[in-house]
Amino acid sequence: MLKKIFKLMTLTVVFGYILVMVMHTHPFGKPSYTDMDDYFIQNGQEETGSNNIVTSIVFDYRGMDTLGEASVLFAAASGVALAFLEVRNGKRK
Amino acid sequence: MEKENEMSIVARITAAVVLIPVLIFGLYIVIHGHLTPGGGFPGGAVMATGVVMFLVVFGNLKGINDQLFILLESIGLIGFALLAFLGLPKGFFNNFLANTNGIFGMSVGFGTNPGYLNTGGVIPLMNMAVGLEVFAALSLIVFIMFKR
Repeated sequence: MLKKIFKLMTLTVVFGYILVMVMHTHPFGKPSYTDMDDYFIQNGQEETGSNNIVTSIVFDYRGMDTLGEASVLFAAASGVALAFLEVRNGKRK
Repeated sequence: MEKENEMSIVARITAAVVLIPVLIFGLYIVIHGHLTPGGGFPGGAVMATGVVMFLVVFGNLKGINDQLFILLESIGLIGFALLAFLGLPKGFFNNFLANTNGIFGMSVGFGTNPGYLNTGGVIPLMNMAVGLEVFAALSLIVFIMFKR
């Protein structure tokens, strides 16, 4: 009984906290600081020559991130290939 | 006369008709990555979907083994990293082809324009490299699991 009450109290506190946090976030589409966004929107097209600002950020300004993503995919495919080729060749049962 | 792992004639004809448009649509997404929503990742996934459909319907890919996909995957990733390193005199991932009036070097002003394919610097080349890599990696995963 005490345990149940304790669980209920914990749940109430956590949900109340989340509710307060959600109510205190700024409205959707109105971020507090927009300096970086404005820079990309104003200069991204001229600097990279690409109409698609999202692509210019993903492949140019933040290319390191995309390189990491491609490496992750490569590692995943290599891992699958390694595991299944070993199973097929009978090295591991 | 159906072999094992092969679907009916209806599915086979439909897949054969649909396969080429699917691959061309994937290529379109990859090549227009710097103009329209899309790019290397979604385009490669679309092309891989075509290969997966062919594999499921026909049961095997004649004359293609997993080494080809591993090779394409490696070429894609190495090409992407190489393009990143080629801009090194000015910085890693420097867009050294943009606004040079060379290949993919047409300059674009701020604002709307019809969308010229010859723009974007190294971004289209990187899109192609990533598209090749994603296509080969996803195809390889399905192919190698299917063939087991």
